[in-house]
Amino acid sequence: KDSISTKGSELRLYNCFSDFCFDIFCYFQKGLRHLSDAYECLDASRPWLCFWILHSLELLEEPIPAAVASDVCHFLARCQSPAGGFAGGPGQHAHLAPTYAAVNALCIIGTEQAYNIIDREKLLDFLMSVKQPDGSFVMHVGGEVDVRSAYCAASVASLTNILTPKLFEDTTNWILSCQNWEGGLSGVPGLEAHGGYTFCGTAALVILGKEHMLDLKALLRWVVSRQMRFEGGFQGRCNKLVDGCYSFWQAGLLPLLHRALFKQGESELSRQRWMFEQQALQEYILLCCQNPTGGLVDKPGKSRDFYHTCYCLSGLSIAQHFGNMDLHHEMILGKEDNRLVRLQQSWAGGSAEQGWIHSEIEPTTTNKQ
Amino acid sequence: QDTTFLSQEIPPVFLCFRDRKEWADLEPVPQDDGPNPVVKIAYSEKFSDVYDYFRALLKNDERSERAFALTSEAIELNAANYTVWHYRRVLLQALSKDLREEMRYITAIIEEQPKNYQVWHHRRMVVEWLNDPSEELEFIADILSQDAKNYHAWQHRQWVIQEYKLWDDELDFVENLLEEDVRNNSAWNQRHFVISHTSGFSDAMEREIQYCLYQIKKAPNNESAWNYLKGILQPLGLSAQPGLLERVLELKQTHCSPYLLAFLFDCYEDALENSKENVAEEEQQKTLKKALEICQLLAQEDTIRKEYWLFLGRSLKNKHGSSDPSDEPLADDPEPSVPVSEQQEMS
Repeated sequence: KDSISTKGSELRLYNCFSDFCFDIFCYFQKGLRHLSDAYECLDASRPWLCFWILHSLELLEEPIPAAVASDVCHFLARCQSPAGGFAGGPGQHAHLAPTYAAVNALCIIGTEQAYNIIDREKLLDFLMSVKQPDGSFVMHVGGEVDVRSAYCAASVASLTNILTPKLFEDTTNWILSCQNWEGGLSGVPGLEAHGGYTFCGTAALVILGKEHMLDLKALLRWVVSRQMRFEGGFQGRCNKLVDGCYSFWQAGLLPLLHRALFKQGESELSRQRWMFEQQALQEYILLCCQNPTGGLVDKPGKSRDFYHTCYCLSGLSIAQHFGNMDLHHEMILGKEDNRLVRLQQSWAGGSAEQGWIHSEIEPTTTNKQ
Repeated sequence: QDTTFLSQEIPPVFLCFRDRKEWADLEPVPQDDGPNPVVKIAYSEKFSDVYDYFRALLKNDERSERAFALTSEAIELNAANYTVWHYRRVLLQALSKDLREEMRYITAIIEEQPKNYQVWHHRRMVVEWLNDPSEELEFIADILSQDAKNYHAWQHRQWVIQEYKLWDDELDFVENLLEEDVRNNSAWNQRHFVISHTSGFSDAMEREIQYCLYQIKKAPNNESAWNYLKGILQPLGLSAQPGLLERVLELKQTHCSPYLLAFLFDCYEDALENSKENVAEEEQQKTLKKALEICQLLAQEDTIRKEYWLFLGRSLKNKHGSSDPSDEPLADDPEPSVPVSEQQEMS
């Protein structure tokens, strides 16, 4: 285990030493209940708010009170569409993004009550209803296509164990056609390689067991090139600016690629480190992305939000922990207290073996070490 | 006579739908978040009012002018509400609305909120219904003039060009953008898009290489130009292009960069991977040595990617190295290479 000290690099969770008090837990606890009208723009993404907050709490090893968990379950149940899938809010149409958020939020809660909320049969109906002949998925009925949809579909299908070959027929080839001349993946074939879309496409293929069909070497070169040599954080696209959220979308590719290359027979992989500069990423997040009142941000000068808080923390966890089932190496920047829970590699969205929401399979524990 | 007070403009106050007599017949539907809500948003009075009536319309599947007008209000309050957009499209068709007017509407909305998914998708639907792309390239160019890398704009542009075969002027458009900002990676991508779908890269290869090297000389640390050069050559193999390696080695003297060095590495790696039958083992080992030297150099110069460069070196050596026991691992590499015999056990 490595421990590196850099001045000012503690993960500031709470500080009540002055009149100016900040508390990241306050930020979450309040947000989980009440949000200001500034959040009207996310009125069609409320399951996302549940997911971002719950996942952040999970990473900080903060338990979720049973009453809160139960209330989240009831709310998400109201977001479930009678036709299957989950919507951005009660009464709205189902959409793959809030479906992903809702199912994953329920899995974080992990209680019997949570699992029982999901109507698995209807969910399958919904996924089939957004499936396109060319293998892609639209985000919602009458909506747009891009590679996020394949990831959302694959994630929820594997978590709820409704993955069928028919459901993802031709999807592999469609996703592969999104890998471009840069080595990364685009939102739809032909566009620029982009971190968010690259994560979605790659993770979807991992879930489908087809990641080896990508040009992994080209993808690896592209993603490592996205780490900024001065800032230490990641950019989303070549020649664009750093952003804290790419700490997850981009850095999160390295564990996936590590495993994929290992499965391909690559013998020279490190046994201690991911192939990005872990310390530099931790420094960027801790020194540049913390909001003094709690929560995390895109870059200095930007305001905090739950999306950036979630993905900065997720990226921080990846940068702190190397390993798989058998191997674990930590590299914590700053104090011991900075350590976050390790994101399971299966977080990319469980594989079929991980799908535990099945009447005969007992729910397994998720992200506890 | 002071009439200024009376002639002063009074800004229009929003009259709630619940106070409008034309809406009196409709019972608003409040949002049902349940008894113990979570992530509850403190909507403004206007927001709640508009959406209470939207829910009422949706419930009755009302297809009327007033419903259509209300969707505009709902969109203004939250342009990301895809349910509202869907409903608006249903109404556009059910009421046979003027699609030209809708184009004007969506143009204005996109100008205000160019980073929203729903607005671009809506525009695409209207263009499809009208089967008229004639305004698109100019409109997108305008959006790109405000943000030359807007992903939605580029997506819409590629769709229009491909769907309606509007390729003719696109390479010029790309070149103008690159003139303005040679580091615009979206423009480099569009260049690749246009050429792959028109002439293809076989005839265009020499011209494209020239173009890249010209741009590299002007801006040696522009990663996009180097990535593009590699991207167009890779399908044929970097070592397949005669004289290229030499040209790059020349550039190394005056225009060196981590990207140039990485390109050299890629040339050497390609030579090793795709060596012809008649290449002597000694020649291969020389190439390997040059490649490993580059890895070493990059591990020292491009330190943010040190782990990666060290891995590439180990991997290349493992694949192409002669089993010489005196071979040293790369300096500063904490990872011992796995001996061949152990590798077989591991797999």
